[in-house]
Amino acid sequence: MKTFNYHSTKDVKEATKLASSSSAFLAGGMTTIPSMKLGLASYKDIIDIKRIKKLSGIKVSGKSVTIGATTKHAEVANSKEIKKAIPSLAALAEGIGDPQVRNRGTIGGSIANNDPAADYPSACIALNATIHTSSRKISADKFFAGMFETALKKGELIQAVEFQVPEKSCYQKYPNPASRYAIVGVYVAKHKSGVNVGVTGAKSCVYNEKNIVSALSKSFSSSAIDNVKIPSSGMNSDIHASAEYRANMVKIFAKKAVDAC
Amino acid sequence: MKKITLEVNGKKVTKEVPDHTVLSVFIREVLNLTGTHVGCDTSQCGACVVHADGKSIKSCTALAADLDGSKVTTIEGLVSNGKMHPMQEAFKKLHGLQCGFCTPGMVMSAIDLLKHKKNPSDKEIRDWLEGNICRCTGYQNIVAAVKEAASKM
Repeated sequence: MKTFNYHSTKDVKEATKLASSSSAFLAGGMTTIPSMKLGLASYKDIIDIKRIKKLSGIKVSGKSVTIGATTKHAEVANSKEIKKAIPSLAALAEGIGDPQVRNRGTIGGSIANNDPAADYPSACIALNATIHTSSRKISADKFFAGMFETALKKGELIQAVEFQVPEKSCYQKYPNPASRYAIVGVYVAKHKSGVNVGVTGAKSCVYNEKNIVSALSKSFSSSAIDNVKIPSSGMNSDIHASAEYRANMVKIFAKKAVDAC
Repeated sequence: MKKITLEVNGKKVTKEVPDHTVLSVFIREVLNLTGTHVGCDTSQCGACVVHADGKSIKSCTALAADLDGSKVTTIEGLVSNGKMHPMQEAFKKLHGLQCGFCTPGMVMSAIDLLKHKKNPSDKEIRDWLEGNICRCTGYQNIVAAVKEAASKM
């Protein structure tokens, strides 16, 4: 790993002030550190944000669940309040990586990285999330811009993710047997205002599967998905799964999710 | 360089290290505690698992500077009065290892599991050890060893 200057700060303003075109914020480091080791990324400055107290914690109100950026996956998975308000969100966190990753990895890190197969981005899409940053609020449908790309500007720091509590929801994923990353993951949520179907793993970036959304909006049942056609164009194709296979899995895992809602 | 102080296996240590030093390197190369192993070095294999402030983490993927002020326990810290920890005893008794490379991480991870679940099922043990890879045993005896330790702890 190439060397860098490590900064630890207790203040959001200081963190954003330290940021430059050759810096990265460090939360759990579950992607940043291996990426630096593998030479995929290098930075002049690493700005550790874990000691900024206000970035960590869980707040649940009747309509929303707000999770601080540096809150760890294990804290979300074990939160009694989240289990009660949005059980599918706690279950999603319980299924990320392995116990050691869940003890270090954070929600802010996960969505800032926007790995095409990460779990949390699908929750953001399904649960109409609002991403609170150091300078603005961004809705999830505008946040995830492409493979490993987000709407975040240089030096803009995620502070919290606010999820809308749905009427019903469920996340189902088909994990790669070796890496445990989602080959396909589908997060279905039914809100008063409408249905969302956040899909991860299938394309280069998380997306809302409108074909299934329109079927479920007419009738919220797994049989409503039976005749939906999911095009394979734009789907990922690799040694693990072809584009056609992934398209079919989107449908199958959406049905599973609806049945488990 | 960063000057950091950690409590490792009950002993306070203060050292000056390069900013990019990861905890596994700090433990092995600065403190010469080579019981913590490094396999993949990218947080897949789990050979480097230690406890930091009571929680199991992969030491290859945590910066030492980030853990300034933390309490760290490595495999060497499990022995008390020359006696092995019940988890180590169980791995020995039930042949939960062959080459032994993954064992320190397996043992540290399994002890963390028992903090959460006193009597885990086979499935719970297998799920928990997802982040620890063993290329020799086929896992059967590891699961048996964790169950044995759970009955003794």
